[in-house]
Amino acid sequence: MLAIYKRELKSYLTSMVGYLFMFFVLLIAGIYFSAYQLTAAYPKFEYTLNAMTFVFLIAVPILTMRVLAEERKQKTDQLLLTSPVSVFGIVMGKYLALVTIYAIPVAVLATYPLLMSKFGTVAFGSAYTALLGFFLLGCANIAIGVFFSAITESQVIAAVLTFVFLFAFYMMNGISSFFSQTAMSTCVTFGLLIIALSLMIYSMIKNAVISGIICVAGEAVLVIIYVVKSSVFEGGIQKVMEVFNLSSHFENFTNSIFDVTGVLYFVSVITICIFLTMQTILKRRWN
Amino acid sequence: MIEVKNLVKRYGDHTAVDHLSFEIEKGKIYGFLGPNGAGKSTTMNMITGYIASTEGTVVIDGHDILEEPEEAKKCIGYLPEMPPLYFDMTVLEYLKFVADLKKIPKAKKASMIEEIMDMVKITDMKNRLIKNLSKGYRQRVGIAQAVLGYPEVIILDEPTVGLDPKQINEIRELIKGLKKKHTVILSSHILSEVSAICDYVLIISHGKLVASDTPENLGKLAAGSNNLNLLVKGQKDTIRAALESVESVKEVTVKKDTKSTEEGVYSVTVGTEENTDVREKVFYSMVNADCPILEMQSKKVSLEEIFLELTESEKKDKNPEKKNSGKPFFKTAADAENYLNEKDSGESEAEENGSDEEKEEE
Repeated sequence: MLAIYKRELKSYLTSMVGYLFMFFVLLIAGIYFSAYQLTAAYPKFEYTLNAMTFVFLIAVPILTMRVLAEERKQKTDQLLLTSPVSVFGIVMGKYLALVTIYAIPVAVLATYPLLMSKFGTVAFGSAYTALLGFFLLGCANIAIGVFFSAITESQVIAAVLTFVFLFAFYMMNGISSFFSQTAMSTCVTFGLLIIALSLMIYSMIKNAVISGIICVAGEAVLVIIYVVKSSVFEGGIQKVMEVFNLSSHFENFTNSIFDVTGVLYFVSVITICIFLTMQTILKRRWN
Repeated sequence: MIEVKNLVKRYGDHTAVDHLSFEIEKGKIYGFLGPNGAGKSTTMNMITGYIASTEGTVVIDGHDILEEPEEAKKCIGYLPEMPPLYFDMTVLEYLKFVADLKKIPKAKKASMIEEIMDMVKITDMKNRLIKNLSKGYRQRVGIAQAVLGYPEVIILDEPTVGLDPKQINEIRELIKGLKKKHTVILSSHILSEVSAICDYVLIISHGKLVASDTPENLGKLAAGSNNLNLLVKGQKDTIRAALESVESVKEVTVKKDTKSTEEGVYSVTVGTEENTDVREKVFYSMVNADCPILEMQSKKVSLEEIFLELTESEKKDKNPEKKNSGKPFFKTAADAENYLNEKDSGESEAEENGSDEEKEEE
């Protein structure tokens, strides 16, 4: 794991990509910092961080697109997978290298509140809480990027997929407001999702009976819940979509709250993405 | 050392490797021989744990590759078809990285890398970026990577592909040198290469093992049946009658020679018994029959032809007799020889033999 971490880190620091990522994050940070803090003399650094979360939409796909896709394309994954290193070690080594690259601009950002304190009073607690949230948000975004890099051997496809999903997550608030909040519509949507899921299961296991049972049982449970207590379903679509809303979990950090559920949320996102990445690599061996 | 049992790999409906079983012993060079797409690389990828098998097991030094992958992989150095090189690293950086991957202790690392770079003659290139190296040097770096850590088994997938003749010789010498300390498995579709360096040859065709023996034994098999090609002027029947009366001639085919413009020239093939030279006798019989020989060529069935014979399954499939019995499985060269002889004489025994072999396999 350490060998992979070191190689990956070095490779990012000797090629353009790592510097491009850092440059982009710091450029956007600089623009917002100049606007809010230097020009408007606003004392809350959190605002700058909150305004610049869109930076990940562009910076993260650039950073993560090659991490596993390139390995597969150049067939160097044959070296990694046939050496005495576990798949977990490979994925973690690579992920931690990316996090380290990301930690560099975050470390630079950490000096900004110190600079500001020269010229007035700064609430360090809330500023650094927000920075921690910003760091976790970035780590979660990178984990998503790593996963998309694992599913394809084309860097371009990996970058586009990462961008599309990060963008959808970023816009989640707006997207979820398109959907009706009534219990009926939630119930119907979930019903359709169960049918889609059953079809997916059928395509995987090719067993009509089992997937049929899953479908019918799922629909029955939905109907029973709807008949017994339909209020459960109110705003259900929004609740489910909220799970994918990365930035809303970050917002608490910018409101001077050290949000433990937020920390747990980001750690879960990272864990799930790393797990899915490992499964993708392992699954390919069995195809 | 390595035990492969009933290895199967299926991609959808296509069976790339079909119930392959063999054992690899210590201190020998093994050669996988087979045409393109025979399943050599797939087999190697399964032995090294890069891909998983659909069925069957691979046990390396007592460790199952799927159950104890890390222990098993420690015993193996692998050079895949395309050397797995990072183009943005120098040779030295790359070898250091591989040494770390293989968990070679720090104290030994530097001296071991020096030693191996000397062995494959890349010491002069150690500070060059891999992307600037020629194909031959990249291949050597790939071999260095496989040898690093001195694993007990070194697996090389087509190690000499794309090299110039001088480099091929060097690499072959290198592989022979590895034999002292390691077990080597290499794959190739070049016959001369395998017979030149391997102690044992496994011929694979369509994912099945069709023959496995030492190159000497396969060579003996090759020397077995001889053919004589003649170009004779005269009457068709006279030629046939004269030749058939010659001692130890088994079969004679006489065809009109299509190439020559002259009238009455026939191309004749004479099949003879094993290890007999009938050239003189044929000459005198033709003289007596008053049919001048224009050309005579003694043709031995080469290892190459046996290889082609064994690996060409399409022809076999066209033959209805063998359609049901499947492709034959040979344990020794003798079996293969029997099979070939039967095929030559076109006897239906082959069918029985084929199905017997099937039973044995099961």
